[in-house]
Amino acid sequence: MITRKWAAAGACGLLAALAAGLFPASAAAGEPAAKDSPKVELVLDVSGSMRATDIDGKSRMAAAKQAFNEVLDATPEEVRLGIRTLGADYPGDDRQLGCKDTKQLYPVGKLDRVEAKAAVATLAPTGWTPIGPALLGAAEDLKGGNATRRIVLITDGEDTCAPLDPCEVARDIAAQGIHLVIDTLGLVPDAKTREQLVCIAEATGGTYTSVQHTAELSGRVKQLVDRAAAPVVTPVATQGAKQCQGAPKLGAGLYTDRESFGEHRWYQVDVRPGQELRASVSIAADRAVNNDYGVLLRAVTVHGREIVRGSEAGDGRTDAISTGLRYPKGESDDEDGDGGTAAETVCLQVGNSFSAPASVKTAPGMPVELVIDLVDGPDGASDAASFGLGRGWWLLGLLTLAGLVAGLVWGWISRWRISVWRTS
Amino acid sequence: MRTVRMLTAAALAAGGLLAGAGAAAADSPSASASPSGGAAGPTEAGTAFRTATPVKPGQRATAEASTGDYLYWVLPLDSGQRATVKASVKLPPAASRHAASTWRIDVYDGLRRRQACTYGAQSAAAAKDAASVELSCTLRTVRPGAEPWAHDPLPGSYYVRLTAAEVAKEDLGQPVRVEVSAETRDTGGAFAVDGALAQPLVPGITARLAAEAESGAAGSAGKDRPAAVGEPDGGWSGGRWSDRWVWTAAGGVLAALAGVFGYSVTRGRGRPPHVPPRG
Repeated sequence: MITRKWAAAGACGLLAALAAGLFPASAAAGEPAAKDSPKVELVLDVSGSMRATDIDGKSRMAAAKQAFNEVLDATPEEVRLGIRTLGADYPGDDRQLGCKDTKQLYPVGKLDRVEAKAAVATLAPTGWTPIGPALLGAAEDLKGGNATRRIVLITDGEDTCAPLDPCEVARDIAAQGIHLVIDTLGLVPDAKTREQLVCIAEATGGTYTSVQHTAELSGRVKQLVDRAAAPVVTPVATQGAKQCQGAPKLGAGLYTDRESFGEHRWYQVDVRPGQELRASVSIAADRAVNNDYGVLLRAVTVHGREIVRGSEAGDGRTDAISTGLRYPKGESDDEDGDGGTAAETVCLQVGNSFSAPASVKTAPGMPVELVIDLVDGPDGASDAASFGLGRGWWLLGLLTLAGLVAGLVWGWISRWRISVWRTS
Repeated sequence: MRTVRMLTAAALAAGGLLAGAGAAAADSPSASASPSGGAAGPTEAGTAFRTATPVKPGQRATAEASTGDYLYWVLPLDSGQRATVKASVKLPPAASRHAASTWRIDVYDGLRRRQACTYGAQSAAAAKDAASVELSCTLRTVRPGAEPWAHDPLPGSYYVRLTAAEVAKEDLGQPVRVEVSAETRDTGGAFAVDGALAQPLVPGITARLAAEAESGAAGSAGKDRPAAVGEPDGGWSGGRWSDRWVWTAAGGVLAALAGVFGYSVTRGRGRPPHVPPRG
């Protein structure tokens, strides 16, 4: 009988485990909130140097035109694409005028392929390379709505319009919090061009590509346009405070902020009893930084006691450094006496230990991305092992031995009872 | 003869139980399917945590990229799984490169905490004339639960970041082709612990649960999902199943058998024939 009971209990346990395992805890659905269709602007350098014939035996301009035609053909329907040129009109020597020479060739909107191609066909290499003003213009063209924004900058030379550093321009654009990414492509770039384009890409979380062949150019631009079309959650801009008091109260979601070198930013999150707070933070290195760096995320009570922290350090080349923490708040909270269901305010402190060479500007701060989730708390662990279950040959041996001893004793007792019965 | 009957019943029950457990283990969601060949996966990679491309264990994700890009993929790992992430980078032609480079994969969990690689070449140097470089990272076994202060890997999304850790400035931006795949192995109950997360560590899960509750479409998995969300085939296991159930149950059966045997040894052969049955 004992055996059957064991079997029955085991089978029940198995069934329960199976049922629990087969029905997923989270059958997920849901998609990002309705958004405007993504906007992309291609910014093409039409400066005099584009005449050079060093891409597959053709001129850089011809290669760019061919690539544009292919890209325009392959652009996804939902993408609103615009084209801006720089250095297309003013052939003269006046730097003042040359550095204003950027205009929108095709407005950002629903793409008419024939029109766009016709506009591109008219281009001829002409003037200066005002990258900074072109980026500002492109950012202006893409303004409005909550669409994903992307600028693809294609150039063959460095900016010729100092002192407006295009890299600073890019960082300022990114700091406006309009979620704009600038990808740069250098056509047969020299060292200075490369440095500048890498800096621009880095400042906005974009990518840099060096192009030696036409196929590479069209393939890469197509890829970047497609990336713009991929759905992505748009973060909400927030601004952390210098201390916990008066810090912005955040719910679950994705947030962005800016944090300078060595600065602390505080945020508040309300956590109800039985809930688990999950917070992750990434700080992007959007400029040249020193080789060693770190990030610290702390969850602190309003009274200043640290609950839990996440920290990470790293060295070398990186795009971002990130860490996270979780804080499950217990069901019952008797700290205040009234306890019960009152939400606890948890202060989140984000700090970093980035440093930069003296030549690097520290403002605006580096982009911070903060993810906050509030879910049900975990099932409490009452035992180190899963449900207190055991495994292994020692367990089997021990159980068998215990069973054997129990059987022997039981048998001995029955025998004793029989003999008692016989004698009585 | 009662003993014999009991023994038979016990043996049958044990057999049935073990067979059932075996079947359960096979059906169990934590048993991962990892085809060694690797089904073709996505052909693009994300460039940040937010835009990471979802990939499933067993799939082979490929991407065309530029040297210096930070490429992100996200894969779901469930409790009991020990994943090995492998990456291979086909480098640009040696003629156009200027110096040796070092490539690295980093794996982050759903809280963006960096996860340790227990073994494997997490970073590897490519000589100036190398054609490709191979990387691999074996993670720790994913536990169903852990204390908040622990860095143990927990079920949820895992981000894989592939990048050139050291590269000459002249070599930035050159085209590379990368391949990433993850294989999982079930470790069984050895790492099963008590306690489990209520929800896997998937970023943005709050919004997803809310949307789900709003639409009331429980169980209907949406086709359009945010980019950084993936689930294992068959959903998350919840961490309640482990082979410890089988071990413990089998131990119980053995104990019962041993008990019956012990009883039969000391009890003797039942009622002696010369003793008349009780009234």
